[in-house]
Amino acid sequence: MVPDGIPPLTEQTRAEAREIIARYPKPRSALLPMLHLVQSVQGYVSPAGIALCAEELALTKAEVGAVATFYTMYRRKPAGDYHVGVCTNTLCAVLGGDAIFASLKDHLGIGHNETLPDGTVSLEHLECNAACDYAPVVMVNWEFYDDQTPQSARALVDALRAGAPPPPTRGPSTLTTFKEVSRVLAGFNDGLGKEGVPAGPATLAGLEIAKQRGDVAPAFPGKES
Amino acid sequence: MVFTPVLSAHWDEPDSFTLAGYTRHRGYEALDTALGMEPDALIQLVKDSGLRGRGGAGFPTGMKWGFIPQGPEGQGAKPHYLVVNADESEPGTCKDVPFMLANPHALVEGVIIASYAIRASQAFIYVRGEVVHVIRRLQEAVQEAYAAGHLGTNIHGSGYDLDLVVHAGAGAYICGEETALLDSLEGYRGQPRLRPPFPATHGLYACPTVVNNVESIASVPAIVLGGADWFAGMGTEKSKGFTLYSLSGHVKRPGQYEAPLGITLRQLLELSGGMREGRTLKFWTPGGSSTPLLTAEHLDVPLDYEGVTAAGSMLGTKALQCFDDTTCVVRAVLRWTEFYAHESCGKCTPCREGTYWMVQILERLEAGQASEDDIDVLLDTCDNIFGRSFCALGDGATSPIVSGVQLFRDEFVQHLTSGGCPFDPVASTIFGGVNA
Ligand SMILES: Cc1cc2nc3c(=O)[nH]c(=O)nc-3n(C[C@H](O)[C@H](O)[C@H](O)COP(=O)(O)O)c2cc1C
Ligand code: SF4
Ligand code: FES
Repeated sequence: MVPDGIPPLTEQTRAEAREIIARYPKPRSALLPMLHLVQSVQGYVSPAGIALCAEELALTKAEVGAVATFYTMYRRKPAGDYHVGVCTNTLCAVLGGDAIFASLKDHLGIGHNETLPDGTVSLEHLECNAACDYAPVVMVNWEFYDDQTPQSARALVDALRAGAPPPPTRGPSTLTTFKEVSRVLAGFNDGLGKEGVPAGPATLAGLEIAKQRGDVAPAFPGKES
Repeated sequence: MVFTPVLSAHWDEPDSFTLAGYTRHRGYEALDTALGMEPDALIQLVKDSGLRGRGGAGFPTGMKWGFIPQGPEGQGAKPHYLVVNADESEPGTCKDVPFMLANPHALVEGVIIASYAIRASQAFIYVRGEVVHVIRRLQEAVQEAYAAGHLGTNIHGSGYDLDLVVHAGAGAYICGEETALLDSLEGYRGQPRLRPPFPATHGLYACPTVVNNVESIASVPAIVLGGADWFAGMGTEKSKGFTLYSLSGHVKRPGQYEAPLGITLRQLLELSGGMREGRTLKFWTPGGSSTPLLTAEHLDVPLDYEGVTAAGSMLGTKALQCFDDTTCVVRAVLRWTEFYAHESCGKCTPCREGTYWMVQILERLEAGQASEDDIDVLLDTCDNIFGRSFCALGDGATSPIVSGVQLFRDEFVQHLTSGGCPFDPVASTIFGGVNA
């Protein structure tokens, strides 16, 4: 049984699951991407999704469920179209992530791992997202929104609710939905990698200072480089 | 020359992440050279360069490749695998992610050369799932590399074949630990494996496997082009070459700084503008939260493997998280401990139970509701975790606590005597209440 409003898994989902399996020397390696695929259709890892993975990989549903519950990116309830994650690991927390998370909880009226009733936005706090040089960091659908303040984060979620999301700081020109992003995680390239900056300002800090100073690495011996 | 941009040299070009952008700067030229060499000669080259793993432990990369059994007998006869560890989740560590965003082709070229050297025909990049644009860039790069004949069958007409799969994780810090990563890549819960046997003989699917960090593998093309002596000409006696230092926290210019191993935090701060206005450095991590804290007394420690170890910490991932004098060390230590408790995979008791109880004690300490004895209970607990846990996550969890108490015991006690935290968290934010 599929709950109201949740699209069913189709023959196409099954075909794509088999495509994923074919990438690997051993079928079971496909399980994590397959669970991302399930989320790309249904917005969470549903019982039907677990059953599909189990059937395709000749595993029991308990075996699949044990894997799905181990990883934090697999949701047990439908995520919002825009899944907002606030980094509250130490460095971001101290620099303002705690204040941002508190402010968003208050502003949206939902807590960690909850979704707005209209299904637009869900909220969670995250561990370090490898962007500490852009702290405090907010992720929406696993895209970077760098250098946030409580005010900018509130404006961001308001824009998400209004269906007019600004582009990520280091990402494609247009923010895609949680389900669309889950397809990429399942290994289906959406081509948007061509868009966006190569690097943000912090990434380039050292290179810029090196250039100002005239610092370069020793040339490769032999040929001109 | 203080800075030596090699890996980061072209990140400021608008197409640095494309095949065209990479090829313009001799991209995939090293691959030609490598394919013209004997695989063992490549392994020797990497050994001679002195390259050490950039994932945290600093194990010599060439030696690791040399452990892969070769030949038609036993384990050597099984398929070999290269697995790139792109899970980057150690708090503070933020180098591999911007690297792959800006120049995924350097990693792809490194993968091909390394796979050829260890005689693998299948490679994987295991990338953490929470960075979707990085995953797109990798997918694009791999697709471009196939189309250009750098991947697939008969690469550059050499007869060598390689397939490369970009595999997204699903949120679990422990999957950065190499054996947990392999379990995860096999489709299981990511829990560390008992060693021995080591991945070199029984890794992915119980076959010979090299697991290397992104930066380690992406350094290989430059080593092939420049040669072992060129690479070893940078750095210090036992820590060779250039590397990415990640500066973050209460500093004027956080970001990535590429320099020879052995630079000091003082140099990095001086050249990047220092701590934010009117504030002083209170404590910092040299290599992520699993490496013991240091203070302003350690500003001149050479940031290489030997130097940081001699100072009582570890170079780790060169993740320099700098906190100024507005920061409460008890709060910082509590938050890191919460992280370890959350990320403990649950396989062994000291780590699973210990991290849980340490959070309880630290919460009470921070709220001023504990006694001085609790500080000793905390240290005792660390004693029982350190060296008794199944993997290094447990050891790492004790680092912030033990070093925090050692360096700032008075501040822990102050929480007890003043009935709570004496710091104003607003003062530590970078917006300082403005804009809130
Ligand atoms: C808890 C834990 C997390 C780790 N996370 C990472 C990681 O995200 N990336 C990484 O390269 N190495 C990580 N490591 C180290 C790996 O186990 C392994 O040593 C490394 O990938 C080897 O690559 P290298 O020799 O190139 O450094 C982690 C280790 C532990 C114990
Ligand atoms: S030390 Fe922690 S993370 Fe490592 S195996 Fe034990 S419980 Fe798991
Ligand atoms: S602490 Fe937030 S990204 Fe690292």
